[in-house]
Amino acid sequence: MDVYEKIREAEKKWRERCKPAATQRDALFETISGDPVKDLYTPCDIEGLDYGRDLGFPGEYPFTRGVRNNMYRGRLWTMRQFSGFGTAMDTNQRYHFLLDRGQTGLSVAFHLPTIMGYDSDHPRSIGEVGRCGVAIDSLEDMQVLFDKIPLDKVSTSMTINAPASILLAFYICVGEKQGVSSDRISGTIQNDILKEYIAQKSWIFPPEPSMRIITDIMGFCADHVPKWNTISISGYHIREAGSTAAQELAFTLADGFAYVEAGIKAGLDVDRFAPRLSYFFNAHLDFFEEIAKYRAARRIWAREMKEKYGAKKPESWLLRFHTQTAGCSLTAQQPENNIVRTAYEALSAVLGGTQSLHTNSMDETLALPSEKAVQIALRTQQIIACETGVANTIDPLAGSYFVEALTNRLEKEAYDYFERIESMGGVVKAIDRGFFQKEISDAAYAYQKKIEQGKAVVVGVNEYVIEDEKIEIPILKIDPEVERIQVERVKALRARRDNDLVKRRLEVLKNAAGGSDNLMPPIVEAARAYATLGEMVDVLKGVFGEYKERPIF
Amino acid sequence: MERKVRVLVAKPGLDGHDRGAKVVASALRDAGMEVIYTGLHQTPEMIAEAAVQEDVDVVGLSILSGAHMTLFPRVVQLLKAKGVDDVLVVGGGIIPEADVKELAKAGVARVFGPGSPTTEIAAYIRDWFKSSERASV
Repeated sequence: MDVYEKIREAEKKWRERCKPAATQRDALFETISGDPVKDLYTPCDIEGLDYGRDLGFPGEYPFTRGVRNNMYRGRLWTMRQFSGFGTAMDTNQRYHFLLDRGQTGLSVAFHLPTIMGYDSDHPRSIGEVGRCGVAIDSLEDMQVLFDKIPLDKVSTSMTINAPASILLAFYICVGEKQGVSSDRISGTIQNDILKEYIAQKSWIFPPEPSMRIITDIMGFCADHVPKWNTISISGYHIREAGSTAAQELAFTLADGFAYVEAGIKAGLDVDRFAPRLSYFFNAHLDFFEEIAKYRAARRIWAREMKEKYGAKKPESWLLRFHTQTAGCSLTAQQPENNIVRTAYEALSAVLGGTQSLHTNSMDETLALPSEKAVQIALRTQQIIACETGVANTIDPLAGSYFVEALTNRLEKEAYDYFERIESMGGVVKAIDRGFFQKEISDAAYAYQKKIEQGKAVVVGVNEYVIEDEKIEIPILKIDPEVERIQVERVKALRARRDNDLVKRRLEVLKNAAGGSDNLMPPIVEAARAYATLGEMVDVLKGVFGEYKERPIF
Repeated sequence: MERKVRVLVAKPGLDGHDRGAKVVASALRDAGMEVIYTGLHQTPEMIAEAAVQEDVDVVGLSILSGAHMTLFPRVVQLLKAKGVDDVLVVGGGIIPEADVKELAKAGVARVFGPGSPTTEIAAYIRDWFKSSERASV
């Protein structure tokens, strides 16, 4: 009898002897995604695991244990709180507050008009200005946003997708004005349009021209902005929309591979652009499932990049990621409990080896974060880093029978999804069919039913409820004056600038869009002349058209 | 026999968060109502037009972006302007408690915030429908 048979026999006898199932609680023993969890995991659950092949050493293929050889012993993850509201001035103040409190990287939240390509004075922007992010209409606003923030010393992530090229151009120009050339700025643009059609829904143009913009950005940055992550291939939003962990993993990686294929098709050498692709995952509440998800992600990406796409540089094989704790796991009831949820989620991200982390504030189910709430969120990360000891050693959960079994299972579930997507003709075709959207809305509905049936517990919402509770935390309010101020600002800018120059630059942009030249140089030129975001988007809309979804539920 | 309640679930404004709207739409459909979902990025004009075209009894509005104080009352205003003033207008999303009263004055009968069970929403609509004049039409 080999060692595994011996253990299997012994477990069988243990179950007969103790009958652990007989006194089991009446509860759902599943991950939050609905995968069953056994009462006990043993070496038999990871029979066949080969350390060298499946785990390896940190910083080396297949990177399961981490992308850097010394991980947090060398450098802690970047503490990067997503932030933005009101005018650029308001947000600049909040950035200084966060940097002062020990944040180590910036992350910009734009308001919906900017996200959707409208200037603040567009009719569709009424009521929306500065409400869920900062109002940025032009380079002028961008300069105010980064006032007294040295772009050669601080890296910035910008959550922007359809108009990402324009915000990148604004950032490059701000750097220029500070005397920091584009080869010295570092940061990320989210720029992941595929997941917009799937989950976040902030699209402008149809898929084909959107992919062209992305490959243009990849090429431009390889030459001119080498320290820039051109895409933050995101699962966060897919998860927030209601997907399971396996769907988040599979759909995100599928998107990533679609970008790799697009880049190769556009004639770029994979080793030139792949090292600057990055990822962005959710940290949801099921602690071990999340850790397993991150490890599976690294292993899958490494294998496919090396074996399927033929990348030769190790930098092309390693999956670097940012994590945000799950907004959808937070409750409006008893909001202080959210501090606890966020802490556990942040811990799982760290144990999963994230490169950068945003922790949600307790009040985000009610409003944008107050100073007090975001400080606690930041302190959560600092306590994990400095007091818990988890950063002392690399990938501490490796070898856990449960965690390795979960990692293997999630990896297999992802490959099952890859096969289904392949059979549909790839990601873009699957999007057209509404495949991802339906999987996600089905999962969201199934989870909601579980909660309403009392099978899944949400503390404060369907159990441990306090009737007539009073919210006793400060709530951030956006001053309605913000809209009037910003509308005046952008109108004044248009009156003040050299409008002939803007007109000429927009004409050049229009011609480039209609041809095959890289769009970034004309976008940067138009940005420098203080063309507004809305004006540039309108030019591109004129050439590319607008995306229309087929709503399904 | 009572006819089916007709509900329009709408996403006004630029907000792209549709998880809640879709869950509510599915739940109301499973509760035996006819549900039309407008999809995203609807202007108040588009919503009022759809409500009239589809001859709905209920309009459900969902916003998570903070623009509700501008957009919800505008929808109600436009419905009235189109001569439709007996539909039930309800809302959901991220809406501070402090705004709920103002919205009620503006014609939004109930706001179902985060954590509201869909069964509660369905029951509220059904009860309203039973006692409204529309049930007998």
